[in-house]
Amino acid sequence: MSPAHYLALSALLLCLGAAGVLIRRNAIVMFMSVELMLNAANLALVTASRMHGTLDGQVFAFFAMVVAAAEVVVGLAIIVQIFRSRRTASIDDASLLKY
Amino acid sequence: MSLFSPALLVGIPLVSAAVLLLLGKRSNAWGHFLGTTASIASFGVAVAAVMHLVSQPVGSREINQTVWNWFTVGNFSVDVTLSIDALSGVFILLITGVGSLIHIYSIGYMSHDENRRKFFAYLNLFIAAMLLLVLANNFLLLYVGWEGVGLASFLLIGFWQHKNSASTAANKAFILNRVGDFGLAAAVMLMFVTFGSVSFPTVFAHVGSAPGHTTTWIALALLLAACGKSAQFPLQSWLLDAMEGPTPVSALIHAATMVTAGVYLVARSNAIFDLTQTGRTAVMIVGTITLLMGAVIGIAKDDIKKALAGSTMSQIGYMMLAVGLGPVGYVWAIFHLLTHGFFKANMFLGAGSVMHGMNDDVNMRHYGALRKSMAITFGTFLIGYLAIIGVPPFAGFFSKDEIIKAAFEQSVWAGAAALLGAGITAYYMSRVMFMTFFGKARWQSGVHPHESPAVMTIPLIVLALLSAVAGYGLLHVINLEEWLTPLLHPTTGELPFNEALLLPGTLAVVAVGVVLAWFAYGSTHEIPVQAPRGNAFIRAARADLGGDAFNQEVVIGPGERLTATLVAVDEKVLDASVMGIADTFTGLGGRFRSLQTGFTRSYALVMVVGVIIVGAVAFLVRLS
Amino acid sequence: MAIVFWVCAILSVLGGFGMVISRKAVHSALWLALTMVNLAVLYVSQNAEFLGIVQIVVYTGAVMMLFLFVLMIVGVDSSDSLVETIRGHRLASIAAIVVLASLVTVMVVEGVKNLIVNDSPVGLEQANAFDGGNVAGIARLLFGRYVFAFEATSALLITAVLGAMVLAHRERFAPAKTQEMLSRERLNDPANAAGLPAPGVYARHNSVSTPALLPDGSTAESSIMAPLAARGVVDDVREYIALSAAADAAVTEDEGENS
Repeated sequence: MSPAHYLALSALLLCLGAAGVLIRRNAIVMFMSVELMLNAANLALVTASRMHGTLDGQVFAFFAMVVAAAEVVVGLAIIVQIFRSRRTASIDDASLLKY
Repeated sequence: MSLFSPALLVGIPLVSAAVLLLLGKRSNAWGHFLGTTASIASFGVAVAAVMHLVSQPVGSREINQTVWNWFTVGNFSVDVTLSIDALSGVFILLITGVGSLIHIYSIGYMSHDENRRKFFAYLNLFIAAMLLLVLANNFLLLYVGWEGVGLASFLLIGFWQHKNSASTAANKAFILNRVGDFGLAAAVMLMFVTFGSVSFPTVFAHVGSAPGHTTTWIALALLLAACGKSAQFPLQSWLLDAMEGPTPVSALIHAATMVTAGVYLVARSNAIFDLTQTGRTAVMIVGTITLLMGAVIGIAKDDIKKALAGSTMSQIGYMMLAVGLGPVGYVWAIFHLLTHGFFKANMFLGAGSVMHGMNDDVNMRHYGALRKSMAITFGTFLIGYLAIIGVPPFAGFFSKDEIIKAAFEQSVWAGAAALLGAGITAYYMSRVMFMTFFGKARWQSGVHPHESPAVMTIPLIVLALLSAVAGYGLLHVINLEEWLTPLLHPTTGELPFNEALLLPGTLAVVAVGVVLAWFAYGSTHEIPVQAPRGNAFIRAARADLGGDAFNQEVVIGPGERLTATLVAVDEKVLDASVMGIADTFTGLGGRFRSLQTGFTRSYALVMVVGVIIVGAVAFLVRLS
Repeated sequence: MAIVFWVCAILSVLGGFGMVISRKAVHSALWLALTMVNLAVLYVSQNAEFLGIVQIVVYTGAVMMLFLFVLMIVGVDSSDSLVETIRGHRLASIAAIVVLASLVTVMVVEGVKNLIVNDSPVGLEQANAFDGGNVAGIARLLFGRYVFAFEATSALLITAVLGAMVLAHRERFAPAKTQEMLSRERLNDPANAAGLPAPGVYARHNSVSTPALLPDGSTAESSIMAPLAARGVVDDVREYIALSAAADAAVTEDEGENS
């Protein structure tokens, strides 16, 4: 298949993830949406790797996965902590940081 | 270290001052004895040193002592060298002699002051600094002494610092002296640049080879320094306010010694002034203006100390006039300096004695008829009075007469001014005399005039004796002219008229002054206790002939306006722009603050918008 | 290959949609897992075998499990309400997403038009063959050109582990209760000295989701586990009571006929 198809799929998934981040209020689901966006970016990187015939794109995708894993671990720990203190997973309830 | 070591001379009062200041209140009980003893010991050393000089042949009358090498920078080396020669010899005798008498007097005068010990410490400090000034063998060390006496003067004028007027007067003296000190600093720098040295022998030996305009500039800078220290026009206005200090201070510092430092400086630098007619003329003009100004101010003042201070200005004006005359005048300036040191210290101490008996009232309109209740003070004051107006055979007669003569030899105008000054002197001093000791008693209620204790009257008597005999003694017994000849090289000039006319003429002018004063303030005349308004002339003289107004208009006023302008610029332009930037961002912050809702999803939305903008820009740039 | 792409693409987009619109977080997680597995297949189909395997192991294996674990802690019941609390947010979000979608669409279309994205990719056969395989090729890059970045990620991971430990750690202010203390506590509470009531047993139902009946005919809330109550799966027992009563009556009738 043409790389254009893969890139189009990547773009579509990215928009879906962005929509999830913006619309959903459950912190965990927002997190999942962010993961979806990262995966869309990875798909674009892998496609670019094939398009140019070098493996650098795949290595970048690999790094993106590592960073995403680290981010998930810390992010979920924060969510757990917020849940412990507020008894809620809604992101709108943790809105006091501006003060 | 021999007995007449110059270092010992300076060291004794300096150590005494250090001891008194460092021990503080622990030395309260014996502080005044230590201070007086130190001064007298210094006087002893001075006498020994001068005796030693006298025993030497004329050509080698000099004691040099290099205490240590101060600093060496490249080829420029300055030693702390003290030297006693004919000129500094007479000064150390005057400083330590009159200083010791005033120390003794102060024991009585300051006996009720709880800070007497500090007063003596400052007096010792002054003695040490003044001795350093006259003993210094280079201009840099002289500068140290110059600043030292300025400091001591500041401390002593402001000694009663609880009085606002005293601390203001001290500040005024200090600040005006800074202007003069700038002149001395400039002179020292010019010497260093021109001669590569600041020591007296080197500078005076090479001054002939320097370009003429450099010599003139050095001379004018030295004149500025002398004006500051000696209260000469246009830096004269601090001296009248300096009378806020205790009376012994006025007698020692602001009459006998420190204010004559300018005369010493010019006389010491005679090698420089000999070479520049412009410099000498400037000195002469300054001296003439000041001698008339001081005399006129003396007429109008009701405060006895301020009247004497005007007189001091005037007499130092005579000395400046004399040194401005060049070789014909140097010796007579020093001569008048010495006699003035005696009779003016005598009169100031007498005034202090009067104030002591009158509950520290200084207004002469509250005096009158004191000659009976204060016999000793009256007697000594009378001798000082006769000396200052120049009645033979008292001291002032000889010295002032010589100056008037030298002035006529140089210029008719200067001589006429000096003669007129002598007349005014006779008038205002007679006024002081009549208002204080004659006429009816105008005492305030509760005042019981009494004679001062012996510790105060003995110095008065000694000084009165000196005022009586010093003129004849110095001129004919000791022969001051011959003594100073190796240093000052006096010459004589031609009088434009018959010399036989001078003496009667001078005495006639003096007599006119006394008679006029007798009609104005003598026994038949009623003196109002409240000062009358007086004519414009008197009012101007009361206002120090515009000395303060001059400073206010020429220096302070423009300075204040400049400051106000700068403050306005600072507030309206600089601050406003800075604050304007801050206000702009505060306002913008207020606007943008509403964007910060605290809701993560709002932030996410902003981020998405940012991503769109960045992506669009990158895309468009890539396309183009 | 086209078939693989179309099947996996459609399934992954479906998974994405499902994740965004599912009201329950658990469903979202499962939808996301579907998307990720399909993406792994797409990686493999683009000669990225190593990344495909890593995608399955790391994402579907580790990350999604972590999500599910956290959902267990945070509560599976947490579902979004549909009422928007931030004024104008939903409209602005939709507008932003539409603009974003337009932008990326234009980007892809323009990329194709300007031959930045062409129909004849270079392919990775040569690159993979150079080191004797995809894994070896990636390893050459990781430990060669990108070794510093690789080492930096190790520091990042260590930091993340420590951060997670610090954040998730809960300080214990009192010693843990022993079994003895727990039993004493229970016996000291007269209401539940004999333990909480067991779930109800009815003629046709005896699951843990059926609450027990109290003497006055109401249901005992404490006989149901809290997660079931929170999930809203507690059975309505009135129907069971009726059924039980009918069964009771039938049995009584039988006995009456038999006796």
